[in-house]
Amino acid sequence: MSTPEIDVDAEARRVLHLCNICGYCNGYCVVFDAAARHPLLTANEVTWLAQLCHGCGNCLYACQYAPPHPFAVNVPQSLAQRRWQDYQQRIWPRAAAGLLIEAEAVTRLALQIGIGLAVLCAIIVLPWATLWAPAHAPGDFYRVVPLSTMTALGGLSLSWAVLVLMMSWWRFWRQIAATPLSWCAMRQLIGEIISLRQLSGGGVGCHPPDDRRLAAKRGLHQLLLFGMVLCVAATLSAALLHHGLGQLAPYGLVSWPVVLGTLGGGAILVAGSGLLWLKQHTDPDLVIAPMQAADRALLRLLLVTAGTGLALLISRATPAMGLLLVVHLGSVTALFLLLPYSKFVHVGYRVLALLRHAIQAKIQ
Amino acid sequence: MIADQIVVIGGGSAALCAAIAARRAGARVTLIERAPQTLRGGNTRHARNFRLQHPPNCDFSDGDYSAQEFADDLSRATQGSGNPELTARLITESAQLPAWLHSVGVRLQTRRQGRLPVSRKTAFLLGGGKALINALYGYAAGIGVNIEYDCTAAQLHLHKNRVTAITLNQHHRQRIVQPQALILASGGAQANRSWLAQHWGERADGLINRGTPYAQGELLLALLAAGAQAVGDPQRAYLVAVDARSPPDDGGIITRIRAMPEGIVVNRDGERFHDESADSGSTRYALWGRLVADCPGQIAYLLLDSRGICLAPPTLYPPLTAPTMSDLAAQLALPVAAVERSLMTDHAAAHHPLPLSTPPFAAYPIRPGITFTYHGLAVDTDTRVRLTSGQVIDNLFAAGTIMAPNLCPQGYLSGLMLSISLVFGRLAGEAAAGYVNT
Repeated sequence: MSTPEIDVDAEARRVLHLCNICGYCNGYCVVFDAAARHPLLTANEVTWLAQLCHGCGNCLYACQYAPPHPFAVNVPQSLAQRRWQDYQQRIWPRAAAGLLIEAEAVTRLALQIGIGLAVLCAIIVLPWATLWAPAHAPGDFYRVVPLSTMTALGGLSLSWAVLVLMMSWWRFWRQIAATPLSWCAMRQLIGEIISLRQLSGGGVGCHPPDDRRLAAKRGLHQLLLFGMVLCVAATLSAALLHHGLGQLAPYGLVSWPVVLGTLGGGAILVAGSGLLWLKQHTDPDLVIAPMQAADRALLRLLLVTAGTGLALLISRATPAMGLLLVVHLGSVTALFLLLPYSKFVHVGYRVLALLRHAIQAKIQ
Repeated sequence: MIADQIVVIGGGSAALCAAIAARRAGARVTLIERAPQTLRGGNTRHARNFRLQHPPNCDFSDGDYSAQEFADDLSRATQGSGNPELTARLITESAQLPAWLHSVGVRLQTRRQGRLPVSRKTAFLLGGGKALINALYGYAAGIGVNIEYDCTAAQLHLHKNRVTAITLNQHHRQRIVQPQALILASGGAQANRSWLAQHWGERADGLINRGTPYAQGELLLALLAAGAQAVGDPQRAYLVAVDARSPPDDGGIITRIRAMPEGIVVNRDGERFHDESADSGSTRYALWGRLVADCPGQIAYLLLDSRGICLAPPTLYPPLTAPTMSDLAAQLALPVAAVERSLMTDHAAAHHPLPLSTPPFAAYPIRPGITFTYHGLAVDTDTRVRLTSGQVIDNLFAAGTIMAPNLCPQGYLSGLMLSISLVFGRLAGEAAAGYVNT
């Protein structure tokens, strides 16, 4: 990152301090109320406030001090800078922050390596006939990649991702923590997550196209989330069928894993492409370029993973099955390994920031 | 544009309401905004709320505010100096503002959202004045109002009691257009330093313009010179105490200094000149603006101790601080002995529970911040500009700050100027459309 760290922090504080004096935007989202309740704007408070901002942009368009005014107030961009700095600082190990900074190149490389290695191994290890054999009978996938290899690859890479993510998120919570947790606050949190209310900008856009842009962004984001949840559910149901009922993949077209996986993969393709399109048409004043690049990188990674999964499903009865299976496995492994070094980190920070907000709202 | 029937001069809320109302009534309308698009909107950019009569239990304001109470408040503030017909119109029409604003896409803050600032007599714009401006520009463009930015109306050509043409300057090009009617909503002349100097003398140098730098008022002054009837007094201005370090223009609301009741205020001779705790309501901003304008050099200093620093609301710039009051006085180039005398003697009699005693000590330099002058064009009940001859200019209408002194030649109520702009903008637009349609 080109901007020195101290400047990013000072700029976020400067801007929020001016917002606390002005207060015109308090109807747009909770950032302004929360900032007003914490007028000292300590580093920890700004860390939290930055994650509360969902970047809808309404406050920038409504700001009497937005550039070219000499006070140059741009809340969405200043807080995006601060979030971006924060993502990097909490990545473990610290040296791996470069993976996030160069997300687009890293993702491209990871996919090339992941898929390339998988294909290479398959060609070297497998007999030619096995590689080009379609899957018909239960267990046919495992002729190409043994279950143990599949489980080890997926399990290890995902465990690593979860471990690193949890460490980052835990450190964040320690920094911003508020007590006590209550069921009431949890309920509000769940409502916030489902509705993405903080992205609605007080329920309005500043001019008509923004209404639609914000609504589309919220809808597509939730569709993406829904698709990912379905894919996880598909994997869990497959594990259940395999270990509980002794049924081996590939499963029938009306089985749980196939139905859930198809819906989930389809949702990811639609939502991911839609979000990529929206990103291209986002006002550059609202965002920062490196974060946009990280967004695109994660979206492409998800698109490739979902796309190869669906391709495998469609072509599993053809000779391309073997190759598609290893390609999909390679991309899944790349996705899992990169998860804690991608924009995916925002999930935990957002949820925890909203949780702290919910706790405080309930106390007041 | 040459063929347009109505030209609206100005780019703030009055101009936009006029343009929208005229366009809705079927006229072809061009709006001339002097500012570039990024700084459009005049002083409305800095507005936040407007005053309106309303029944109890409405969603955008607490309690109820009757027409009678509004009239009484206004009469008290202006000492009954406003034009009674226009005042009655303002109060009646203010009740329609929420519905009208909603119809053009402007959103108000509502009680339902749970973050409504406390105010019984005014309604708050969601996002403030610039959000209103954005919505109005968007709506106006959508219904076919032609909008020209960076465009200055340089000269009105008057013939008897008609405007025959108008000279426009845009991007170093000059052209003359001949609309059938004009609406003047270009604000006051408070950003015009040389005009201020004519009426304020040296004191003008000490003023900070809180609002748009584009309020130069050339047309207002040219019309007055050409025989338009003046209203109000150019030597009266709505002044607010602001930080002396603020930019010369456009600092808006965040430059205010508000903590007078927490400390003492001295002039550059180190002497107190008013009881700091006498007024702790929102009227104190204007009170101190006036007081500082009368100080030598138009400067004063709010002095606080650590207790006052804690109680003071957040400010644009941090205060100047020092470990002792004499250090602070020296830093401000104030006579130390006089400051200490002010602290010891005068202040002992003041209403503070504690004198300024706990270090560190802090100071805010204060200057008067000008918002508008009480000086404008007299209009008839249809907002037509009046002439000293007693006639009106048939096809020239005025709305907003430029005619506000008809209603409020002195004094002020919060949210009044925006109400005048919104109400008379709409009325002027309808009147002008009525004129060109007949």
